Amino acid sequence: MPIISYLAHPQEGKKVELLEALSIINQCEVIPAENKNLLIVVTDTNTDEDQESLKERIEAIESLKLLAMVSGFNTPKNI
Amino acid sequence: MYTSLNNRRSFIKKMAILSAMTAAATMFPGIIFAEEQERNLPSGGDLDWKKSPCRFCGVGCGILVGVENGKAVAVKGDPNSSVNKGLLCVKGYHQTMCIQSKDRLTHALVKMNGAYVKTPINEALDLVANKMKETIEKHGKDSVAMYTSGQSTIPEGYVASKFMKGAIGTNNLDCNARLCMASAVTGFLTSFGADEPMGCYEDFEHADYYVTWGNNMAEMHPILFSRMLGQKNSRGAKIIDFATRTTRSSMASDKSILFEPQTDLAVGNAICYEIINNGWVNKSFVEKHCNFSKGLTNIGYGTEDKFKFKDKPEKINFDEYKAFLEDYTPEKVAKYSKVSVKDIKYLAAIYGHPNKKIMSLWCMGVNQHTRGTWMNNIIYNIHLLTGKISQPGNSPFSLTGQPSACGTAREVGTFTHKLPKGVVMNPKHRAKAAKIWKVPVERIPSKPTYHATEMFRAVDRGDIKFIWTQVVNPLVSLPKTSRYRPGMEKESCFVVVSDVFPTPTSDVADVILPASWHIEKSGLYGNSERRTQYWDKMIDGPGDTTPDAWMTIEVAKRMGYGDLFPYSEENHAEEIYNEYRQFHEGKKHGMAPLEVLKKQSGVMWPYVDGKSTQWRFNSKYDPACSNGEDFHFYGKPDGKAVIWQRPYEPAAESPDKEYPFWLNTGRVIEHWHTGSMTRRIPVLHKAMPHAYVEFHPDDAKALGIRNGENIKVTSRRGSCTLPASINERGLPTKGQVFVPFFDENMLINDVTLDSFCPISKEPDYKKCAVKVEKA
Repeated sequence: MPIISYLAHPQEGKKVELLEALSIINQCEVIPAENKNLLIVVTDTNTDEDQESLKERIEAIESLKLLAMVSGFNTPKNI
Repeated sequence: MYTSLNNRRSFIKKMAILSAMTAAATMFPGIIFAEEQERNLPSGGDLDWKKSPCRFCGVGCGILVGVENGKAVAVKGDPNSSVNKGLLCVKGYHQTMCIQSKDRLTHALVKMNGAYVKTPINEALDLVANKMKETIEKHGKDSVAMYTSGQSTIPEGYVASKFMKGAIGTNNLDCNARLCMASAVTGFLTSFGADEPMGCYEDFEHADYYVTWGNNMAEMHPILFSRMLGQKNSRGAKIIDFATRTTRSSMASDKSILFEPQTDLAVGNAICYEIINNGWVNKSFVEKHCNFSKGLTNIGYGTEDKFKFKDKPEKINFDEYKAFLEDYTPEKVAKYSKVSVKDIKYLAAIYGHPNKKIMSLWCMGVNQHTRGTWMNNIIYNIHLLTGKISQPGNSPFSLTGQPSACGTAREVGTFTHKLPKGVVMNPKHRAKAAKIWKVPVERIPSKPTYHATEMFRAVDRGDIKFIWTQVVNPLVSLPKTSRYRPGMEKESCFVVVSDVFPTPTSDVADVILPASWHIEKSGLYGNSERRTQYWDKMIDGPGDTTPDAWMTIEVAKRMGYGDLFPYSEENHAEEIYNEYRQFHEGKKHGMAPLEVLKKQSGVMWPYVDGKSTQWRFNSKYDPACSNGEDFHFYGKPDGKAVIWQRPYEPAAESPDKEYPFWLNTGRVIEHWHTGSMTRRIPVLHKAMPHAYVEFHPDDAKALGIRNGENIKVTSRRGSCTLPASINERGLPTKGQVFVPFFDENMLINDVTLDSFCPISKEPDYKKCAVKVEKA
């Protein structure tokens, strides 16, 4: 059950679009920076496979310039 | 720990968010995630926001602490603070989380038969007072010592000084600011006769160039670095990073110039050579406002016990100084500094440009240097030769490491040679202190005794038989702890440690006193730009925790000095500050009244006629200027600053066949100094859980070292084993390794050398020789 955090760098002037695109994905939590062109994305999925496909879905968003992983935690299923 | 989290999964999610925030803060200093901050606040809570300076670095950011039901539940940047304008770094934002650490020292502990026994605070203070008194009776007043901190509040430092120098009558008081700022002080005093920067943070908004000298501001002064980045983005101001290691600051700069350790002395002189050779000297400024001097050379390194040095300044003239600089042509210096002729000329041209304003910024790289005073002098030389000083945007700016290294250590004067105003060697200064303290002037000794390194050597030798440390962790932060730890463990010295958390220093204590943390007491700090900031006590500390100032007062009373400390427990911080202010009355260093400090987010001294002074020595801004000229360096009797002839001399220890690498030590953004607080903040600890040894990739490849592999770093003093770090946080130059010192489980200071600047007595943590091998 992986929990991964990323720094998401939007394309120039596309921060709001990226925020909107990420916000509609259920397994994503998005925290926009107030004063910089950056968003934090935390994904919470059930399996590594789900995680991979979610990552691919995020990376396909046009307003995203770069997705950089910060930390990954894999938790046992019973918690 | 973070008590609002109710299950492990949400905790892990929180950790993931906070790790990302930490990473973001290192890339974008000053970044704010307001939504996340708001989410941490209790819903519908009745929060009372109270102002304070941040507990950590010397930048002195204003914080607002949200207090609800007697608990600190949130921290945000103070939008009214001109220092940070509402921004905070990752340490600042999370600072109050350490208070709730499970291993918080809540009661006094007294060592009995090898075990610590929980003891009522009054009994522990009785024991401390009795032991101190008994030691003085048996071995004399110079057998007891106090070692305090640039993180002590102004009242804490003041009562420590009054207690040791005015009550007991010994100069055995020094502090950890000796390890970080002493060279800055001697630099100011030798060049200007007055301590602390002439400029202020507003210089950032005016400068066209920022040259950082051995200073990784993106990690160590992130809020100020964000101000520079802001100016870079909005006005095109340029950042030039001059360092021995590629860091996050280098990566965000317009230009990174790397130099061979210790050769900053030569490059600085080469810049001066170029300024003169190209006719960029501001002749009228130099003629009106500067003298030239030289001092002794080949001045030693202080590695032997009881090392003594006294400089012999001698006046010279401009032509002699010019002739001296002939040894520092760019071509000659490039050969051993590894800085190209082109880059030296580039730096000189920036400083010499008639229409560009320039700030020089430095901290530990320049100060922790066996020629730290000289390096400070040389940077001032550059600004004095060009007349780029004491004006908005033209500012040599010595940054401070600790939150009150300026306010407490330097202004109150918790060094062996200092008094709240002036030095113990000066009869007038002793007389002033005796008058305000109401003690016989003969009681204040006229000779300094032990600076920090020598103090712990004296403990090891058995000369000091009682030592009391406050707000400090010397057995992690001193150089060559491989000597000083066994020294402190000896039975010959009774060790008292006041602290908030257990540390390797409290591990060797005979008595551990539980100290109040920052917001559990009232206090004042003074930051890098001469800004004094007050805060009120916000919450009660747990158990028997007590403010350090009050513990000092209680011990003083028990030793029979109660009449000198007539303060009340409730208002002692305020009463002490009002007494202390008397020392600095006047236009040169007047401090703001407490009522003003209570209302405002800090005030800069000299505070004259209800106004902060932003640029000292400039008659347009500084009411203390009285010579009728544009500038008046009134710290010197003739009103002139000094351009010093200071040569390049090698480091105390350089790599050789047996120990082929330079060892450089320093800090990381996530941790404050020895990590005793920040390692107890889960998000910061998680983000940087342990120290490491950084390699240049070519060195790692040649040695067959892989990332994460355990490496033993060994010097002639000791060794330390750490995981290798290649191409991660920073990139040392070839032939150099870097280790951060925050990790008490990987004590790199067992390896470092206790050499120091003979003038300032500040150790050099940046240069010694080591070998590396797979562990």
